[in-house]
Amino acid sequence: MSNIISVKDMCLWYGEHQALKNINIEIPKKSITAFIGPSGCGKSTFLKTLNRMNDLIPNVKITGDIRYEDTDIFSPKVDVNHLRKEIGMVFQKPNPFPMSIYDNVAYGPRTHGITNKIQLDEIVEFALRDAAIWNEVKDRLKKNALGLSGGQQQRLCIARALAVQPKMLLMDEPTSALDPISTSRIEELVMELKEKYTIVMVTHNMQQAVRVSDYTAFFLLGELVEFEKTDNIFSQPQDKRTEDYITGRFG
Amino acid sequence: MKKNQILEKVIHGIFLFLGLITVDCVLMITVYLVISGIPAIFEIGPVDFLFGKEWASTAAEPKYGILPFILTSIYGTAGAIVIGVPIGFMTAIYLSKLASPKVKSAMQSAVSLLAGIPSVVYGLVGMLVLVPGIRKIFNVPDGASLLAAVIVLAIMILPSIIKMSITALDAVPKEYEDASLALGATPIETYFKVSVPAAKSGIAAAVVLGVGRAIGEAMAVMMVAGNVPNMPDSLFQSVRFLTTAVSSEMAYSSGLQQQALFSIALVLFLFIMLINAILNFFLKREKE
Repeated sequence: MSNIISVKDMCLWYGEHQALKNINIEIPKKSITAFIGPSGCGKSTFLKTLNRMNDLIPNVKITGDIRYEDTDIFSPKVDVNHLRKEIGMVFQKPNPFPMSIYDNVAYGPRTHGITNKIQLDEIVEFALRDAAIWNEVKDRLKKNALGLSGGQQQRLCIARALAVQPKMLLMDEPTSALDPISTSRIEELVMELKEKYTIVMVTHNMQQAVRVSDYTAFFLLGELVEFEKTDNIFSQPQDKRTEDYITGRFG
Repeated sequence: MKKNQILEKVIHGIFLFLGLITVDCVLMITVYLVISGIPAIFEIGPVDFLFGKEWASTAAEPKYGILPFILTSIYGTAGAIVIGVPIGFMTAIYLSKLASPKVKSAMQSAVSLLAGIPSVVYGLVGMLVLVPGIRKIFNVPDGASLLAAVIVLAIMILPSIIKMSITALDAVPKEYEDASLALGATPIETYFKVSVPAAKSGIAAAVVLGVGRAIGEAMAVMMVAGNVPNMPDSLFQSVRFLTTAVSSEMAYSSGLQQQALFSIALVLFLFIMLINAILNFFLKREKE
């Protein structure tokens, strides 16, 4: 299977503090990769580097090479807005805009120049269907998105990300603010989405990684300790530190 | 124990009394203005008073029409809003979203300083710089005009608009902006399509606050507007505002003239009350 992201010797500093050390990883297309590790291990930082959301933080320095479909994402030729269109993101806390459900989903396509009403209607419906929320909201598309429940808001945010037709979705602990039922709905959704998209998901919850992911990367203190098929990493971890973490000896 | 409770009650009473001083002032001013402002309106006739186009309070046959003042105040305020709001709004976006922390703090101090300058100084600078400037640039006989007042007012309302808009824009959750950027929107698109709509009640309140400041300003406009009770037919007309109509004649007025001045003050007061009600409406919505 081919890779969509390949990272070589990547380091990242916040000012003087080195948050990521020599990361090397190849993320396969149309799969789910889970990033696990204790708080502060750098997994979210690494996730946000992939669509260059870290650019927004002052004093960040990044070295090494990150390629998205064979393009260096830090090359001056790369349009960062286009990169972020290709690599969508879903945040920890559901963050729909304070506008209607329809406008939330249509925001991205409109930003990228689509104004035709019929075309927008189609995109909104397709994105909401793909995010498995269409049936719940189709009769109230003009209602404010903040009236939805937390789980619905998060699926709306996924729909919003899908509406710009990305190739890849980055999810930063997408279920940590949700109740168990909403969480399992999102997990089911994520597993359906890998038919069409490559998904990278940061999670605090090891069971979640086991349930949904194909590959798992274990981060510790800014290092990528182990990256393997999920089945392998949880059954026969190669590194002592991975074993200690997944068996609950720390973390 | 009992002594403590009595002390608590006494102190409670003192605070209540102090608080009531403010409320009493508002009530007394309101009652006084209504009582002293209404008789002249009826003596002159409400229509003649509000819609009369001529103000000649010291003529042998005095005329008390305040339409020129009402229109001047409305036009002057509207003009100040048209010029001041775009500048203040853009400045607020720049300071809240784009400026580096150093630039932001320096410029915010400058804005605060602008708010602290006494209005007589605005008037003085306007008189010495703006009025001759308008005379020369537009080649009119007298630069003391509605235009000069509009420009001075536009500058005077900037601090209110900027500060309040910044507060509203700063309060927009960062998550909204992150979500927009992560969809591939540029920062500028994000500020205009997400941050500003999310802060719109606060920004509307900023505009209303600016209206309130502009309509209530007296000293500076008296110095630059020419202070002649003309109908504001053109930007270069010398005009008189509601505020300056009261202040310029009060010292030597008597009889019906004096009563009419109170009536003008009452009209101004009603305008301000209306603006306050609108402001409260927006502030309430902002909180929700």
